[in-house]
Amino acid sequence: MIALSAEPLALEPLIAAVRDDAHGAIVTFLGVTRATSNGDSRPVAALEYEAYPAMALAEMEAIADEARHRYGPLRIAMLHRTGRVELGEPSVAIAVGTPHRPQAFAACAFAIDALKARVEIWKNECYADGASAWRPNAAQASP
Amino acid sequence: MEVRVLAFARLRELFGFGERRIACATGATLDDLWHDLARERAELAALRPSTRFARNGALALGTTVLADGDEVAFLPPVGGG
Repeated sequence: MIALSAEPLALEPLIAAVRDDAHGAIVTFLGVTRATSNGDSRPVAALEYEAYPAMALAEMEAIADEARHRYGPLRIAMLHRTGRVELGEPSVAIAVGTPHRPQAFAACAFAIDALKARVEIWKNECYADGASAWRPNAAQASP
Repeated sequence: MEVRVLAFARLRELFGFGERRIACATGATLDDLWHDLARERAELAALRPSTRFARNGALALGTTVLADGDEVAFLPPVGGG
């Protein structure tokens, strides 16, 4: 399960998607809207996400393939929100299932780091005072 | 010939469109298209170094020659997660 979603995210469908009788570990990650910005002193009220779906989904599939190559056998599910995500609500959800836990932790960390660096999704920080600013991630591929 | 141009995030706001069909000369490159659209737009020119180009869903160099019907995308630095 790799998808973009305009609706609120929940972990349960991802956990169900990676469940496997051969797997003894499932690690999950939720990225949620935080009140403090890395680049602005104003409190954040919400984030608005925009995606280029064709490229974003292709890159998420490529990240899943790389995770399988590095840490597999594994099953992985990744969902990312589009649209407005209020404070405390999840913008990204990842679940990884593996036979043993070290590979699940490692693959989940790899997947979120790669997603933030490489996937064609953009974040508009919406501040409590009504202003907003597009905010790039710190680590990413250069042009 | 004509290409379909997509612009995202801050670039979408500055160009004033998210998607638009644009006529360009035969033999035009991605750089030519950008320069035509960003002409005399200081804010856009300032963002050129951080902007990546894509053609038909794959990252592409500015020297890439366009073909009729291509989907071109102007991509700012990513911010997902």
